[in-house]
This record gives sequence, C-alpha cells and structure tokens, in this order.
Amino acid sequence: MMADLRPDLAVIYDQIAPNSRVLDIGCGEGTLLAALRQDKAVDARGLEINPGKVATAMGKGLSVVQGNADTDLADYPAGGFDYAVLSQTLQTTDHPDRIVESLLRIGERAFVSFPNFAHWRIRMALLTGGRMPVTRLIPERWYATPNIHHVTIADFEDLIAERGWQVEGRWFLSGDTTTGHAMGNLLAEHAVFLLQG
Amino acid sequence: MGPLPLDCGAELSPVELAYETYGTLNADASNAVLVCHALTGDQYLASEHPVTGKPGWWTRLVGPGKPVDTDRFCVICVNVIGSCMGSSGPATVNPATDAPWGMDFPVITIADMVRAQALLLDHLGIEKLAAVVGGSMGGMQALSWPVLFPERVEASLVIASAARHSAQNIAFHEVGRQAIMADPRWRGGAYYADNEAPASGLAVARMAAHITYLSEAGLTEKFGRRLQDRDAKTFGFDADFQVESYLRHQGISFVDRFDANSYLYITRAMDYFDLADQGDGSLAQALAKAKARFCLISFDTDWLYPTAESRRIVHALNAAGAEASFVELSSPFGHDAFLLENPEMDRVVSGFLGNGGG
Repeated sequence: MMADLRPDLAVIYDQIAPNSRVLDIGCGEGTLLAALRQDKAVDARGLEINPGKVATAMGKGLSVVQGNADTDLADYPAGGFDYAVLSQTLQTTDHPDRIVESLLRIGERAFVSFPNFAHWRIRMALLTGGRMPVTRLIPERWYATPNIHHVTIADFEDLIAERGWQVEGRWFLSGDTTTGHAMGNLLAEHAVFLLQG
Repeated sequence: MGPLPLDCGAELSPVELAYETYGTLNADASNAVLVCHALTGDQYLASEHPVTGKPGWWTRLVGPGKPVDTDRFCVICVNVIGSCMGSSGPATVNPATDAPWGMDFPVITIADMVRAQALLLDHLGIEKLAAVVGGSMGGMQALSWPVLFPERVEASLVIASAARHSAQNIAFHEVGRQAIMADPRWRGGAYYADNEAPASGLAVARMAAHITYLSEAGLTEKFGRRLQDRDAKTFGFDADFQVESYLRHQGISFVDRFDANSYLYITRAMDYFDLADQGDGSLAQALAKAKARFCLISFDTDWLYPTAESRRIVHALNAAGAEASFVELSSPFGHDAFLLENPEMDRVVSGFLGNGGG
C-alpha cells in the first residue's frame, strides 16, 4: 500500500499513529485515508472540492465531504482530530495562513505539505527563461495553474516563526527521496511540516 | 399494531402498516435495511405496483447485485401512515365510527411516520437497522431515524432531501392543498361514501408539484415550445403545448392511484418538518443524538431541495462530530434525478453500504 503513495503522503502515512483520528483536507480520491484506514485502523475523514474525486473516495466507503477548505473548516469543532492533513493544497487556497490556523484548531497536530517554489530548477527556469516555471510538481502554465499562493520553504518558516507555531518535524523531498535539511530551500522539490499550535 | 402516540397529542390505535420486503433476514437480524418512500411513493419499492402495473419505483437502485443489494440485505419498505396504499390514513376505517376517517384522521408528522416504522420493526424482531435509506421525503425519515432512535440505526443515507421545509416548499404545497380543497367534490374530505373524489383538484395539485420535481433546463430540453399533435396554435385553451399535455397526463394518471386527503396529510407532515425541533431549535444539537454514519447526496439542478440544504445538514453533522459524507452530483433532471439512472450515485451508495468489502 505504502509503495503506491505519493512521497509526501508516504512521509505523513509513516508518522501517523494507529487508531488516531485524521482529517485529510484536499483528500482527492482518498488514497492516504484508505491506506490509513486499512493498515492503521485510523478513523479517517476527508474534505475535497472536486465532486468526481469525492464520489470515487465515497465509492471506497470513505467518509468524505465535498467542500472548500477556505470556507468549510469553520464548522469542524476544535480538537476533533488528532491530525489535520493538508497535502499539496496550501498553495491553492485563498488564505493559506488562516487555513493553517484552522488546521491547528481542528487537529492536535497538523501536517502541511507543499511544492517548494525556491527549488533550484524553478529558480533556474525563472532566471534563464524569464517565464513562470512549469515543472513536474507545478505542471500547469501560469494561467491554468490552481496554485495562487506560491510559497517557498523559507517563506513558510518565516510564517511559522511569526505565528509562533511549534515544528515537531520537517521532511524535505527531492524526487521520491528525502533530502537533508542543509540548503533545503534550494534542493527540496517539496516539503512536509508537522506543526503544533 | 399500536397504540402509537402522535406528535399532535392524539393516539392512533390500532395502527395498520402495509409493507414489502426483499431479500432474506439473516439469523441475528443484522442485515435489515429500511427504505423510506417519498410523498406519493409507496411500499412497492422493487416490485410491480398493483394499481398501475409499473415496476417498483427504485428498481434501478434496489435488487440482487444492485447498490442496495437484496442478496446481502433484507430490504423493507413501509407505506407511511397517512398514505393510501394500505397503512392507516384518512381513507382507512376509524374504529370509533366504522366509517373512513376523512379529515378526522389526526395530523401526523415525519417523526410519527418513523415511530410507526419502529413499531413494525419491533413486530418483525429487528432491533437494529444496518441502514436506513431515503430520497426526498424518504430522506427526511432517514435523517430523523438516527435522531429519534440512536441505538437502532448504523447508517443513514439521505438523498435529495432537507432537514426542514423552506417557505418556498411550504408555498408550493399550499397551492396543491388549496387546489384540492377548492374542488367542490372535496366536501371537507367526506367523499368516500359515493366515491366521487376531488380528482380535478388533486390533478392540479400534482401538476403544480410535478413542475418542482423537474429543472427548467430539463423542461426546455424535453418540450421547449413544441406543439402537441398540431401544426399551429389553436387560439383556444386546449393543451396546445407539449408541456401542457405532459402535465395534464401526469395529473390525470396520478388521481387513479392516490387519495386526495392523503395528499393533504402528507404534505402537511412535510411542511411541519424541521429536525431542529428535536434539538431545542438547533439542528447540530438534534443530530448530536445520532450515533449513525451519514451519507448525503444532492443534485446540482434540484431547486426543490437544493444543495445548500444538504450542506446545512453536513455542517451540523461536522459540528456534532458525526461521521458524514456528502457529494453534490450532476444531473439535468432536477429533483427527480434521485429516481433516475445515475452511475455516480450507484457508486456512492454502493461504497457507503460497504459492497465489495468497501
């Protein structure tokens, strides 16, 4: 099961304790939730904006609500989950900072993963090409991309410091493998943070 | 069965309940699924209707190997009280007078319908339902079940429904009721003796309601401004347009199988419905009593019970920490979509009921 997971989801999957309560925001077709439910007996819930993906996740018997992270998190009670997960969705939201606040209200802990816009390949593309980069993790051109708030690891760490969130773990990924923290903002294609409020 | 204490304060005794079952109840009675029917529906869920000869109203969803799988589940469908297909209603006999109840039948509620179904389950020896399923008014019952009987329901599937009737819902029902009561043959509901029922009033009520079950785009696509069996307008009031002819047909065929007084009672029950009443005015508080898993489905062109109403329920379920799923599916057919072919709905229902190991 784990081999099928996207690398950032595999990191999150590894960290989540058995029998915990997990809300996956932007859960897509429920790949992570299904793996957690099957292997770790997790009480798995999801929120997803795309109705086709919601139907597919529900077809697997998962509890997924069609909704929008920007507007629908307010209804969830504080501390209702052990973990709130936001994978590769932060950069698509209207108010990423408020979303992370919501995650930390709803979950005891929050996983946030995002593509790092300061990866050297993106820097090079912008420097040499002078155009918004199109990469494996950012595959759409500027007018078609759902990513409206591009963020780098350094930007996110600044936000963490400003808001006083606690970092329990951070994982930097390049390709399908984790990389060291040294020069992470240059070398990591994407990052996973485990936060506590 | 009975007695059944009603929300209005009266007591119904005895209670007659007509029902159909499909599939086999297992030894520990743990595979029972209750399907609740809509306003003008009945217990002939997946078998031929005795009056119209038409196949069951949800045969596309319920049957062997179907999303509500009768090979796995024992599916039960009960005619709601107040209706006219065998369960206690205005057309059945009032034991006090030996004559049909007519308008002396007590006003009933959605909760009363649910409590009557619980009496039947007691009678059948079913302590707990694996699931309760319903669309439209059936969805109101499915949503009420886990609130009224938290220990007796494991899962609730609510399709194209709402937790309360809106002003617009009530308004359309009132048009229908006034059409019936304005028919001179209605006579205060006492029309059973000479069998001269207020058919024109009931037909008009059905026509008005039928419009609310369809979408504007669906009507335009199906009929447009096309004329019925003629090349030109007749400059009269015959059914020149196809859509008029269709509605008249819907009205006329309805009166053969439905009782006008039942229509009054059941629409009233729906108008009175607001599940928040079970939670001191708070829907979240009402739903907090439930212990079931919930699944809600709405349709994007349904303006009778629009997606916003389902979302309201989902928000309340989330606030109550209940296990809930929700999806808005796409269909051109308006409210009626829940009765029609929809592969995505099949997939969702199947997944929610745990078919194929889920």
